[in-house]
Amino acid sequence: MRKNIGLKSFAWLVFAFLLIPLLIIVITSFGTNSTIQFPIKGFTFNWYGKVFQNESFMDSFVLSLEVAFIGTLAALIIGVPAAYSLARHKVFGRNWIKSFFLSPTIVPGLVVGYAVYQFVVIQFQFPILQGLMLGHFLICLPYVIRVVGSTIEQLDFSIEEVSWTLGCTKLQTFFKIVIPNITSGIFASFMLAFINSFNNIPVSQFLSGPGVTMLPTSLMNYIEYNYDPSVSALSVVLMLGTIVLMFIIEKTLGLASIS
Amino acid sequence: MSYVELKDIRVSYDNKTDILKDLNLSIEKGELVSLLGPSGCGKTTTLRVIAGLIQPNDGEFLVDRHNLTKVPVHKREFGMVFQSYALFPHLTIKENVAFGLKLRKEKKSVIDQKVKDILAITGLEELGDRYPKQLSGGQRQRVALARALVIEPKLLLLDEPLSNLDAKLRIAMRIEIKRIQSQLGITSVFVTHDQEECFSISDKVAVMNKGVIEQFDTPEEIYKNPKTEFVARFIGFENFFDLTLIEKGKYKAVDGTIFLSTRQWEEEKKTGTIRPDDIEIVSEAGDANTVSGTIKVRTFLGKSYQYEVETSIGTLLVNEVDDVIYQVGDTITLSIPSHKLIIV
Repeated sequence: MRKNIGLKSFAWLVFAFLLIPLLIIVITSFGTNSTIQFPIKGFTFNWYGKVFQNESFMDSFVLSLEVAFIGTLAALIIGVPAAYSLARHKVFGRNWIKSFFLSPTIVPGLVVGYAVYQFVVIQFQFPILQGLMLGHFLICLPYVIRVVGSTIEQLDFSIEEVSWTLGCTKLQTFFKIVIPNITSGIFASFMLAFINSFNNIPVSQFLSGPGVTMLPTSLMNYIEYNYDPSVSALSVVLMLGTIVLMFIIEKTLGLASIS
Repeated sequence: MSYVELKDIRVSYDNKTDILKDLNLSIEKGELVSLLGPSGCGKTTTLRVIAGLIQPNDGEFLVDRHNLTKVPVHKREFGMVFQSYALFPHLTIKENVAFGLKLRKEKKSVIDQKVKDILAITGLEELGDRYPKQLSGGQRQRVALARALVIEPKLLLLDEPLSNLDAKLRIAMRIEIKRIQSQLGITSVFVTHDQEECFSISDKVAVMNKGVIEQFDTPEEIYKNPKTEFVARFIGFENFFDLTLIEKGKYKAVDGTIFLSTRQWEEEKKTGTIRPDDIEIVSEAGDANTVSGTIKVRTFLGKSYQYEVETSIGTLLVNEVDDVIYQVGDTITLSIPSHKLIIV
């Protein structure tokens, strides 16, 4: 390949532009200053200790995990059969339904959050926690349908037909033949949806209430009154978590198989 | 009544065009019947109707006097082998083969014994613990066959099982399939578009075209006596010319030449056909069955030369093994022997 210095340095610039702010956050999290400052004066791990001692951080962290887990699980339970049906059956208006299910990836999270808040929580007096889970289920579902759907489409349909001829009902075939062969897609979509739900701000922001605060919201609330490097430290912890998850996906499936 | 009966089967996806038109087929117990035809002729659809993967719009399907038309696929107890082999990727060879038996809730010892036996018959003893992706195409084919046979199916259905194999393996596998099929005496339906494959393996052949069976006969009979122009073309007859009937076995061509045919004849049929191999080049014209023409094209085929000869009854293809090599532009006389001239 011909080397194009101009293009290459441009790519590096973009890369630096994206990465340097993150790098600065990482560095400031180790600073001894009482506010986030760059460059840092001294080096300390104290802010990390402070993050893990902060009760509201820890509570909202656990809540975020719970909501992400339940939202993703519900999305799998609904999304896998839906993806199967969309891939295998001549459903009326199939393409329309497909785009509809993908709409939450196009529609801003703000809209989803507002809609759930306005119509489910206010109109139907739904408890805020369940509303939150519903919202996260909604933002997880498209990932499941898209990723699992493409895995199912790559699966040879005749292995299902063969299973029927061997005496399996269609339902048994789904569990014995289809599911074991799409585990990679299910796993990948779980990871993606989980990360997305965990990092989501707009939906969580709308659907927070007394005692129900997700980690990103709690982080933002904290910043409003404090500006110490524990915020940076928490961000680094979250980044690390995401990196580890992505690393697992890459090692087990390869990121290319997801997109 | 035959073991397998398809009666007036009609399949249509949109109720305007029929994929299968009132198809009738009878298969005797233990026979291997091939469905032969070009793609889109309905042969795979017929097989899928038999398997229960397609529900016919009209008609009945019977096996051993039982009407199975409405019986769902998983209750039919037929073994099916697909073109893509369709092995379960997440199971070992043994587990693939045992899959159907486990569903039948047989004892583990019985399953193990049956799996062992069928793997021995199909020559797969060594490969039981491997996964499908570790096997070659020919081996996967055997596994697919073993998996279909181990459930002791009432019918074995094979959908172009050899078309993904290379030429050499294909010949070996078709001999293998025939051996296993006759060893187990299992009634089988084999779908293919390859006439050589089909003739070598079948007890009977149904040549299909546009959703209709054009001819259902033994391979020899189809090879020697094609009943329709379509069948004749499909199995290698390349010369066709119009004739008018004068009397039984006696015809007149467009240029007035008299043609005699000693083959089966029917009054409404008036196209003469003969294989390029069966036309002879002779030194002089006779009273009947000879025609003269000019060589337009000469092609070397290896064992013979093929001449494209323009004659007064149309262009004829002739394969000639003779030592005498004719040149383009030569005028030659062709003899169409009366015992080789077929009327379709």
